[in-house]
Amino acid sequence: MSQELVLGIYVFIMAIFVGFEVISRVPSVLHTPLMSGTNAIHGIVVLGAFLVAGSADTPLLKALGFIAVVFGAANVFGGFVVTDRMLEMFKRRQPARTDDGDKKSA
Amino acid sequence: MLDLRASVIAVSYIVASVLFIFGLKQLSSPSTARSGNRLAAIGMALALAATLIDRQIISFWTIAIGTLIGAAMGIYFGRTVQMTAMPQMVALFNGMGGATAALVSVAEYLRLSGHGEVIGVGEATSIVLGTAIGAISFTGSIIAFGKLQEILPGKPLQFPLQRLVNGIVLIAVVTLGAMVVMGSPTSTMWLLFAAALLLGAMFVLPIGGGDMPVVISILNSLTGLAAALTGFVLHNQMLVVAGVLVGASGTLLTLLMSTAMNRSVGNVLFGAFGAGSSVAGAQATAVGRSVRQTTPEDTAIALAYARNVVVVPGYGLAVAEAQHTVRELATDLEKRGVNVKYAIHPVAGRMPGHMNVLLAEANVPYDQLLEMDQVNGQFPQTDVVLVVGANDVVNPAARDDPSSPIYGMPILDVDLAHNIIVLKRSMGHGFAGIDNALFYHEKTRMLFGDARKSLTEIEQALKTA
Repeated sequence: MSQELVLGIYVFIMAIFVGFEVISRVPSVLHTPLMSGTNAIHGIVVLGAFLVAGSADTPLLKALGFIAVVFGAANVFGGFVVTDRMLEMFKRRQPARTDDGDKKSA
Repeated sequence: MLDLRASVIAVSYIVASVLFIFGLKQLSSPSTARSGNRLAAIGMALALAATLIDRQIISFWTIAIGTLIGAAMGIYFGRTVQMTAMPQMVALFNGMGGATAALVSVAEYLRLSGHGEVIGVGEATSIVLGTAIGAISFTGSIIAFGKLQEILPGKPLQFPLQRLVNGIVLIAVVTLGAMVVMGSPTSTMWLLFAAALLLGAMFVLPIGGGDMPVVISILNSLTGLAAALTGFVLHNQMLVVAGVLVGASGTLLTLLMSTAMNRSVGNVLFGAFGAGSSVAGAQATAVGRSVRQTTPEDTAIALAYARNVVVVPGYGLAVAEAQHTVRELATDLEKRGVNVKYAIHPVAGRMPGHMNVLLAEANVPYDQLLEMDQVNGQFPQTDVVLVVGANDVVNPAARDDPSSPIYGMPILDVDLAHNIIVLKRSMGHGFAGIDNALFYHEKTRMLFGDARKSLTEIEQALKTA
């Protein structure tokens, strides 16, 4: 096993714990936006598509890379836009109404 | 030591990782959610910009044109999609992410084998898993999209020997994957890709439309995992961190959702929900039970002279885009001194939180939205419950009938209220595909028709009531 793979596995495992901890308490109101937000974040895979498309040296690799970039970019941009639209709706109903709920949960 | 470029990339990736973590943290609280999404977007922009200075990239045209097309598609659909169609939109974007992960893995495999390089076992395993999981997530999401968009039937699709066939496809994927790791020729890789695409579709087809939220959440975390695996393939820690963050938080979210539906994830995936039992349910109702219909005028009078009214919104409200109309009706009732609340079942609609989002869009005050636990004790004091296009979440069979496929799912106890008025398009079944005894209850009146049209008629009638 290479040193790099071992390091990668460390990162992998640590990130699992961070992923679990960071969203441990989510009100059900936010389940859909949160799913949509994480959906946008895994669009990071477009970064891999950049590397593949940018370094492609055969027409086949270029084609695969190109499709991957298109799909990945749609995932990233669409994901963030949709999430923002969902969350925009939470903003409007702010006026001091949530106070009670906050105190209870605190 | 890293050279300057590599250092800039490394630092940007670290900052982006921190932004993703803070973004997720903020996304899980209502007051900070929006800025959390923005933080994550900034992290994404930083990570992508940094990647562009990587020495590996020698041609920018494919990247520029591809990003332009993809971004235009994503932004266009993201902006224009109706709020009601959000769940399937998330499924679609998720599928695209899965496809990206699979394509990246396949392309990297072809590049390495084309250069005649020896692919190590660790790398080959990551490539195989990245391809398979990404491909499953892609076709699975497309089927989920089709079901929610009602291109495909929402009912579970079943055929003889389905489990056997699915088992064979699964074994094929595992075998082909093992062959690739052991160094089979390139054609095996393509076969693996094809088999995994098939498996994704076969795996979602037999799952009922009602379970799609959980399925999308599972596929979402799978795509995260696939992205992390491409990180191993490309030796890119950014991909590993962000992918795993999504994989882990997505798994947790899946568990939270299935808890809300009181079903185990295994049951959702392999329970083959609905088919057999809905037949039994249909027979039971054939035994001479009938529903009592009402008119908008009678409904208006019942509402106008009630003290406490609880509105139970469901998917029918979303389909009819009746969220604004229902709020207008509620405002009119409040002017008459009626106390109006909304009862939100955690999985009403087709995604958890779906109803909150829609009602928030219609400016329904936050304090009028009651969650299931808060509202269930109040139904005995409620004069009229107005069920707007909800079905399975108010089905008493979940509480009373151990033979029902949804038995044990927490429901809103609307049958404890004094009067129940159900707005519904037809006597069609809900997403679970089963019959609902509530509609035959002696306290229940049915008002058939499109929810928005019915609500508008009630509102008109209320003016003269």
